Amino acid sequence: MIEVKNLRKNYHSEKSDKYAGIGTKEDKENGISFSVPKGEVFGVIGPDGAGKTTLFRILATLLLADSGEARMSKWDVVEDYKEIRKIIGYMPGKFSLYFDLSVEENLKFFATVFDTTIEENYEFIKDIYQQIEPFKTRRAGALSGGMKQKLALSCALIHQPEILILDEPTTGVDPVSRKEFWDMLKKLKEGGMTILVSTAYMDEATRCDRIALMRDGEFIAIDTPAQVIADYEQTLWSVKGDNLSSMLEDIRAYPQVETSFAFGDEHHITVDPNLKKEELSDYLTEKGYTNISINEITPTVEDCFLALTKEGEKGKEED
Amino acid sequence: MKQFRAFVIKEFYHIFRDRRTMLILLGMPITQILIFGFAINMEVTDIAVAVLNPNPDTYTNQIIERVNANDYFHVDYTIHSQNEIDELFKQNKIDLAIVFPNNFNEDLVHSGKADLQLISDTSDPNTGTIIVNYASGIIADYQKEINNISGNPPYQIVATTRMLYNPEMKSSYSFVPGVMGLILMVISTMMTSISIVREKERGTMEVLLASPLRLSQILIAKTIPYLSLSFINLLTILYLASFLLGVPIRGSLFLIIIISTLYIFLSLLLGLLISTIAKKQVEAIIMAGIGLTMPVMLLSGMLFPIDNMPFLLEKLTHIIPARWYIVIMKKLMIEGLDFTFIIKELSILLGMTGLILALSMLNSKKRLE
Amino acid sequence: MKNNIIVEVSELTKKFGNFTAVDNITFKVTEGEIFGFLGANGAGKTTAMQMLIGLSKQTSGEAFVAGYNIRTESEEIKKNIGYMSQKFSLYEDLKVWENIRLFAGIYGMKDKDIAEKTDDLLKRLDFEDERNTLVKSLPLGWKQKLAFSVAIFHNPKIVFLDEPTGGVDPATRRQFWEMIYKAAEDNITVFATTHYMDEAEYCDRVSIMVDGRIDALDTPSNLKAHFEAKDMDEVFRKLARKATRD
Repeated sequence: MIEVKNLRKNYHSEKSDKYAGIGTKEDKENGISFSVPKGEVFGVIGPDGAGKTTLFRILATLLLADSGEARMSKWDVVEDYKEIRKIIGYMPGKFSLYFDLSVEENLKFFATVFDTTIEENYEFIKDIYQQIEPFKTRRAGALSGGMKQKLALSCALIHQPEILILDEPTTGVDPVSRKEFWDMLKKLKEGGMTILVSTAYMDEATRCDRIALMRDGEFIAIDTPAQVIADYEQTLWSVKGDNLSSMLEDIRAYPQVETSFAFGDEHHITVDPNLKKEELSDYLTEKGYTNISINEITPTVEDCFLALTKEGEKGKEED
Repeated sequence: MKQFRAFVIKEFYHIFRDRRTMLILLGMPITQILIFGFAINMEVTDIAVAVLNPNPDTYTNQIIERVNANDYFHVDYTIHSQNEIDELFKQNKIDLAIVFPNNFNEDLVHSGKADLQLISDTSDPNTGTIIVNYASGIIADYQKEINNISGNPPYQIVATTRMLYNPEMKSSYSFVPGVMGLILMVISTMMTSISIVREKERGTMEVLLASPLRLSQILIAKTIPYLSLSFINLLTILYLASFLLGVPIRGSLFLIIIISTLYIFLSLLLGLLISTIAKKQVEAIIMAGIGLTMPVMLLSGMLFPIDNMPFLLEKLTHIIPARWYIVIMKKLMIEGLDFTFIIKELSILLGMTGLILALSMLNSKKRLE
Repeated sequence: MKNNIIVEVSELTKKFGNFTAVDNITFKVTEGEIFGFLGANGAGKTTAMQMLIGLSKQTSGEAFVAGYNIRTESEEIKKNIGYMSQKFSLYEDLKVWENIRLFAGIYGMKDKDIAEKTDDLLKRLDFEDERNTLVKSLPLGWKQKLAFSVAIFHNPKIVFLDEPTGGVDPATRRQFWEMIYKAAEDNITVFATTHYMDEAEYCDRVSIMVDGRIDALDTPSNLKAHFEAKDMDEVFRKLARKATRD
């Protein structure tokens, strides 16, 4: 459904006063490549400035790539942009709504833009639209973040697109609305829609069929979430106990510990494979910590991202 | 077509829901016309008069007396030759000269009709006109007075007026065409560009571009509401000027409206051009506001006569569309000239329109950058 | 010192017309505490925070921040707090040191102190090479770290953080929290909102707002036990499900 080959796009960003974009590595031959089959939810996951928006804009025919090719359905993003614009639903980073128009007026307007009507597609968007329909006369600007998000999604879906492109749809939205949003995407996918979605929240990765971890304009991994996790090579432990915040320093000081990060109410640490849990436990007890429990754990996607970016930024962002 | 119509309706929603801006836009021509109209029609007092009266008699003396008795006038000089008049005007000592002919008395008594001349300085045309009108009024009153006494035959005193320095009253009422040139440009250019750039800022432009809508549809739909607003403003100005201020509309109303439409069209295109450059609403406001409105006020001849400008500034006025539009409007409205007199200015306006159209077409992109 | 109350809110309410954005909230924050202020979008977090930092007047109720009454002494409050929001924190077109000097100057610090502390800060952040860099050329994560340092540069009693880590990469996000810990160790109270539920775990205590009310307030472990949840995400979801406000 989506075919991307060697896509590169570099530009000088006025905002950050440096080169940004995708495929920015020295190696001029290798841009971004990937393909997404029909009915898949493909997640592009990475922090702000990774190049997610640039990639999506090229695929939405809004930017021209420097080099490389991309096809959406059977259409080329440069030659056949008009065809692509008929079959995609695009939701940019900001909720692109008219704040001075009501909920219903927004939806009606976007329906007409795609030469259709709300009535014709009501069944299709019903699940999502019904949640905001009680407020259909309210101005879009007066909606809460979660509701704006639902309205923007309804507007992007009103013409029953083949491919849905969502650029950071959950940014700044609370966990509950985020979960509901992913549930809606799941339903759309089950209906056969191909969905391209980006996010900065690592915990959303597992809601995708396949993910690409992105950083500095490059894909640093691309696979199913399970495989990305299976490819994790280090030995990963979780450490729990009292007084976690000061424990972090002491764990780092231990010679056979490679990295150590806070993860909610525990620390995730990577260690030398030869290290025994008891050794670390004894060391921490000696330091005066109590209630210590150490377990080997399966990494999360966030652990993978940390491990994969560790190499790229050694000596750069580490103190 | 359905898409296009929906788009235009949406644009009207934007305008109607921003009440404050809408009121400003509709109120602007009214306030401008009123401010300019009344600022210029201010009371004229303390008028210094010189009198050339080669053959004084009862009638001439009485006329001079009446003038001098009026609160606004005081006869300061009695002179003996035409040359002195010029001299006094140049030294800025007088505002009005009354010139009687040698045979005033004879004419009046024998033929019942005599001429006199009122000369005023119209480098400030409105003041000049007002002064002459006052003086004519006094003379007319006097005529009535003597006719009441003598009964038959009625005497007639004809005051011919001569405007010094600006005999054609070139810039009189010029503020009306000026206000038209300014307001139509502000509404069309600034508002169109702001409304497009606002969509860029909001991110909705991104969605529209990624939809099957054509860029041309988007842009034309954007201009329609402001075209109509401009039209309402044009009619408001013409109505107020002619009925409230009594500015004459001597030429063809049809031509005035056709050419104003061309000018509005040009301004809308200029707005589109700005919208292709500006990324933020503030930029659009600065470009349209300071980049266009100020030059229109300063260089179009609206406030300062172009003839008096230094060479370079005068040349600069040639690239201001409003300058040509205002000239056309003056010729049509005030001087009552016909089509043949505006061919040059009209061709220039048409050429500019073509150029801006080409530029904005070249500059507008169906993608984001 | 840990028992000093730095924020004391009682029955604070804010109404916009007939809409009650903040509905009678009462809580206390003690000195040196890391206090997580959570809630769904539209639950009233931002409005509550704006009242506490003196940007918005309450409809009823009382609150004291750093010992000052928010109704009558908002100017004093502003001098004694630090504030960092996701939207604005530093001037992008000023250099690193210029931003530090500017904000320190705003808070009335002496030039000599500023110079000394600037050197110290840049060294601690390992930013010495970036002293003359325009802030806009820094990576987002660095900006956020710098912004936080600037927010606590004048040694405020309490610092308010409004979603400080949105969009930041995972490694930097954690470094950021380590800085928060250090600040708390220096007895600076931290009052933070976030949408990352793992970050809620880093807080000493967490309050969760639903429909303008504070529906839960406790340590993360007590909350998890009380709601029989495996993590804060679940606690949050269980609570927010009760929300009736759109």
